Amino acid sequence: MTDLSRRTLLGASAAAAVAAPLATPAMAQPRWPARPVQMLCPWAAGGGTDAVLRMSAILLEKELGQPFNVVNRTGGSGVVGHAAISQAAPDGYTLGMITAEICMLHWQGLTEITYRNYTPLGLMNNDAPGVTVNVNSPYRDVKALAEAIKASRPGQLKASGTGQGGIWHLALAGWLNAMGLKADHVRWVPSNGAAPAMQDLAAGGLDFTTCSIPEARAMLDANRARALAVMAPARVSAFPAIPTLKEAMGLDYNNGAWRGIAGPPGLPAPVAQAMEAALDKVFKSKDYQDFLLSRGFGAVYESAAGFARHLAAADISLGNSMKEAGLAK
Amino acid sequence: MNDMIEAVRLVLAWDVLIAIMASAVYGLVVGSLPGLSATMATALLVPVTFYLSPIAAIATIITASAMAIFSGDIPGCLLRIPGTPASAAYTDEAYAMTRKGQAELALGAGLWFSAIGGIVGTISLVVMAPMLAEMALSFSTYEYFWLAFLGLMCATLVARSSPIKAIASMLLGLLFACIGMENPAGTPRFVFGVTNLLGGIEPIPALVGVFAVSEVMRAMVTAAPPKLPDRKFGSILKGQWGLTKKYQWQMWRGNIVGIIIGVLPGAGADMAAWVSYAMSKKWSKEPEKFGTGHVEGLVEAGASNNASLASGWVPALLFGIPGDTITAIAIGVLYMKGLNPGPTLFTERASSMYALYIIFVLANIIMIPLGIAMIRLASRILRAPRSSVMPVIILLCAVGAFATGANLFSVFLVGVFGCVGYVMERNGYPVAALVLGIVMGSMVEQNFITSLIKSDGNPLPFIERPVSAVLASLTLGALLWPAGVWVFNRMQRRRAAA
Repeated sequence: MTDLSRRTLLGASAAAAVAAPLATPAMAQPRWPARPVQMLCPWAAGGGTDAVLRMSAILLEKELGQPFNVVNRTGGSGVVGHAAISQAAPDGYTLGMITAEICMLHWQGLTEITYRNYTPLGLMNNDAPGVTVNVNSPYRDVKALAEAIKASRPGQLKASGTGQGGIWHLALAGWLNAMGLKADHVRWVPSNGAAPAMQDLAAGGLDFTTCSIPEARAMLDANRARALAVMAPARVSAFPAIPTLKEAMGLDYNNGAWRGIAGPPGLPAPVAQAMEAALDKVFKSKDYQDFLLSRGFGAVYESAAGFARHLAAADISLGNSMKEAGLAK
Repeated sequence: MNDMIEAVRLVLAWDVLIAIMASAVYGLVVGSLPGLSATMATALLVPVTFYLSPIAAIATIITASAMAIFSGDIPGCLLRIPGTPASAAYTDEAYAMTRKGQAELALGAGLWFSAIGGIVGTISLVVMAPMLAEMALSFSTYEYFWLAFLGLMCATLVARSSPIKAIASMLLGLLFACIGMENPAGTPRFVFGVTNLLGGIEPIPALVGVFAVSEVMRAMVTAAPPKLPDRKFGSILKGQWGLTKKYQWQMWRGNIVGIIIGVLPGAGADMAAWVSYAMSKKWSKEPEKFGTGHVEGLVEAGASNNASLASGWVPALLFGIPGDTITAIAIGVLYMKGLNPGPTLFTERASSMYALYIIFVLANIIMIPLGIAMIRLASRILRAPRSSVMPVIILLCAVGAFATGANLFSVFLVGVFGCVGYVMERNGYPVAALVLGIVMGSMVEQNFITSLIKSDGNPLPFIERPVSAVLASLTLGALLWPAGVWVFNRMQRRRAAA
């Protein structure tokens, strides 16, 4: 009996495989998702991207009625996981989260894959870089710090927040550029992530950091550090007291570590439409908003088309910052 | 006082108690599988915590990580395969005890002193958190450089082989640590166009390869060792009280070193175990017994790695700075549950803090009965024929390596390191030193380069700052001590000859 049913099943799926190329897209997927969807995360379990993706996956399951299983496909500084999403079969059953690094890695010559190798579905979060100083620092506001930077010798002031060529390094480079200075006017001290940089800031080893405000949050709460500004178009809802660069020094520069959901290129239109509608609901849901607020993550959303525009713009601006900082190949 | 009563009430809620029990069993199982580390155990719990109350969520993480660090000792002791990197330092020692028929003593010591270490670490968290946090904050990259360098020195102290071979295999580990682009310059090194190498060599596949796979290879080419006398395991806790009295001084030293290392961000349970094991050998009255199945080092290092686990929460709770990879994950959960790290957590949310302390103590107490059950269960493996155990080990290694990143490349790495480990052992090079080099390599480099960038290339701050001066003299002392002894001995001999 089991044998029989298995054979029928095999036959049916073989027939479907033959028919599929002829019948797409209208017939092959009468209703997506018909089975669980795999969501790839290019970064390790327990990190920020992992948290955002897992939260989205739980809520997507509520919306679409099938499990969304998060798989951490790590390695190669994010290249491996990003490549896996881009190269997955475009059947809608393997999607994933892509991060700002996808617009950086190819400029360094580390991968051939760019944002064009994806079907963007929705931008789910954007953490803006902050400008944070030690609580005993003489700079009371970002204007004073900017003046000090302009008056300093190249390389005299030191800043940190992540590794060489990481997103917060580019934020610094872009900010200095926007002030009319060279990208390496402030020396970048590479660190192993934001936490060691914040610790060194508190220990007095750095002049300022440009990591995101949620990453600096505990030191701010402990009154060891002071956030002067956030490089975002609008204040971050979890930190309403911190002014934007534009408010504080009249400089319209913003940047961020963003995360969005995407699939491989050539995703069937019904899948893309269903996902876009579901992501819109997920983002607006109270659960998701509460989650972002509790972690201090920036609540920024773009629909599929908006995410595509965002990717194109980010690719150019990050590429320019990398060239200015001498990081691009 | 009200806070304390409230805390007890919080912990005694049924959902918290169930969470503690379930995550205890889960931690024990994951920790004992080679390749699945305590960090992995914690990371996999995060999605579960979405559904739990704040206290239950934190309880799962505390309990699972403490259990996993202990149960990493089990496969290390029975099969010479460390379950977690924190057990790698004394795996050879514990395995030697098993071969001598003292498996229950070795595992019992691991369990008993892990529990003591965990409790002493918790007390330090309760009593000295602000002071310890202040100390952690005074450490800059200069101090970290010396600390990591001192950790590397342990390679020569721990090894039973000649110090030259130990240093050689540590240097090979440092070379492996150079691979990838996770270096201060962010430039890919030694990747040869292989995308998977960009992220560097992770310690877990290397550890599993050199210990487990090479052990299986050895088993394939050698005749089966004389079968261990088929007997029931004796009492696991018997004799532990005697050991506690006999090695009281070592135990306290292990606890204190563990607390200090745990509090320093970036240096976790792995480093604590290494440093404590090396110290134990250095100051032992019978250093010649180390490596032959001597329990002394196990006492000190076993206490140390669990003590560091608790004190690693100090910087995490006060400043949101992770003491190790486990607390890095825990911080995310704390935020999500509204228990934002910071000094206010200790004042405004005091009841939650007390609840946390109680969970720590509780976790370390239930570790003893559950650990005994786990040891009894695992000990059956000693009675299974080798030909059926070895394939299972290979399978577990492959699954464990794959689980860390759903990446087949890690499985391939495990195989490569198995071959490397086999060749090294064959020629008398200690593989533990190789693992130490891989674990510490990036820390040494990162802090060295960062320090020089900060000082504009001036090396003086490495010895100018008070704490770094002390650490520098310790390191140089450890480096020059063997040379000094050698010169002294030669002069003595010459004088005797004259």
